[in-house]
Amino acid sequence: MAGSYWRRALRNQRVAFAALFGATLLVASASAVVIGVIWVRGWRALSWEFLTAMPTQGMRAGGIFPAIIGTLELVGLTVLFALPMGVSAAIYLTEYAADSWVTRVVRLAIVNLSGVPSVVYGLFGLGVFVIFCGFGTSLIAGALTLAIMTLPVIITASEEALRSVPQSFREVSYSLGASRWQTVRHAVLPFAVPGIMTGTILGISRAAGETAPILFTVAAFYLPRLPHSVFDQAMALPYHLYVITTQIPNIPPGRRYGTALVLLLLVLSLNLSAVMLRAHFRRKRQW
Amino acid sequence: MTRGQRFREGCIEGLIRFSGLSSIVIVVLIFLFLLREGIALFHTVPLGDFVMGQRWYPISEPPRFGILPLLLGSAVVTAGAAVFSVPIGVASALFISEIAKGWVKEALKTGIELFAAIPSVVLGFLGITLLAPLIRQVFNLPTGLTALTGSITLAFMAMPTIVSITEDALAAVPRGYREAALALGATRWQMMVRVLLPAAGSGILAAVMLGIGRVIGETMAVMMVTGNAPVIPHTLLRPVRTLTATIAAEMGETVRGSDHYVALFAIGIVLFVISFMINLIADLFLHRERA
Repeated sequence: MAGSYWRRALRNQRVAFAALFGATLLVASASAVVIGVIWVRGWRALSWEFLTAMPTQGMRAGGIFPAIIGTLELVGLTVLFALPMGVSAAIYLTEYAADSWVTRVVRLAIVNLSGVPSVVYGLFGLGVFVIFCGFGTSLIAGALTLAIMTLPVIITASEEALRSVPQSFREVSYSLGASRWQTVRHAVLPFAVPGIMTGTILGISRAAGETAPILFTVAAFYLPRLPHSVFDQAMALPYHLYVITTQIPNIPPGRRYGTALVLLLLVLSLNLSAVMLRAHFRRKRQW
Repeated sequence: MTRGQRFREGCIEGLIRFSGLSSIVIVVLIFLFLLREGIALFHTVPLGDFVMGQRWYPISEPPRFGILPLLLGSAVVTAGAAVFSVPIGVASALFISEIAKGWVKEALKTGIELFAAIPSVVLGFLGITLLAPLIRQVFNLPTGLTALTGSITLAFMAMPTIVSITEDALAAVPRGYREAALALGATRWQMMVRVLLPAAGSGILAAVMLGIGRVIGETMAVMMVTGNAPVIPHTLLRPVRTLTATIAAEMGETVRGSDHYVALFAIGIVLFVISFMINLIADLFLHRERA
């Protein structure tokens, strides 16, 4: 009796584990499938001209140079705005603020910021930066919008990095007579830099691929030149992919896959460098 | 310290405190700006007609601003995505946390995390070019751009969130629970179903909430693959239009300050409130877990 119960229980377990494995494989292989399909169908489109020429014939020929540059400029500006603010906020949470209802509310705000739909950030950017601040549809309006969207990622990662610096480092610094800021600046921050960098790169890789927040704040449908200043409109890779996929008929499919591939390579190489950076510093860490 | 140093120190501390509180300021600012631009709608359209109105004809004469079809569009796509992603996501988390070991575990985790990095516009593009024709053929439909296409695409986008948070919740269950169950003669599968899942329950609920939050807020992929028809959906096999897609698709064509423009901001308010509530509830679940 007991034997047959066990056999049944073990058989159930085998079936269940196989099902769990199947589910996991489905989820885990999805990214490989997506990347594989885009690589196979897109790599032929990649050429020097595709990467470095202006689009021609209503974006049906030529290159995607302005979109690549637009995205790079956008991402650079985003880091410029988001990094100082995010790191300062994390320093406040870990080094300055006592655990109180204030920090509780700050944390709740961060959680909520990370959950706000990207298109709502777009509306916010339109209302505040484009209209209220008078920047117009411009690189700076888009970058500020993306910076605010990236902020929660950077704050969370920086906080974690700062917390992982051993308490004794701070105590030694204080015992030598250093002030709070001197302690943070010289005894804590340098050791948190790798973690902060990793978080920042992950944050901007998300920003680089976002379309909805830049729809009404930066993105130009077609702009066959580079932006002149930060107050100029720009093309951007994700928006360009959207445009050539849904708005313009009769585009050779290879161009679409090629654009998707360039975007994917940009985002994935950012992610990869973040992962490698993390692994590198973890190995070097001496405490 | 000299007085100059102390002054500098004070400035820096002030800046840091200001940045620390900035996230609260930003949340409040987002809400205020959405209100500022969107509230004017309710001078012309009563709240009831906005939320329960069955027609979204923003540019007809007279225009109709009823968002019920859009709300239901979002709800249908989200429910469909949840049906796919919750069981598969929780199953994957169980496998990764309890069964997989060594490099297999790392490879599976990396694969899942990698998916979260793929831009939504790329998934929307693949949804249009590969998934939609497939759906059209399989169900013999006039168009493959349907709520179902959106649900499947979004299910994959929700899974990384669901898997990673569920995994954290499972990892937080004390070892003793597992050992006690196994010592009583349970198989590992019985232990997982009857001990582990209930013990991690509130964390898993939080994971599901956050996954759903991601799906409701998703814009580009859903706009590209759901066919954009603002009609009340009766089946998953018809085109629908979600709240997010409506804003993204129509904002470019509006005149600033017009009723249409204002109505799109009013939709933004609705989305903001929904996401705020979802995150609040998820946060409560997560904290109950820790307490």
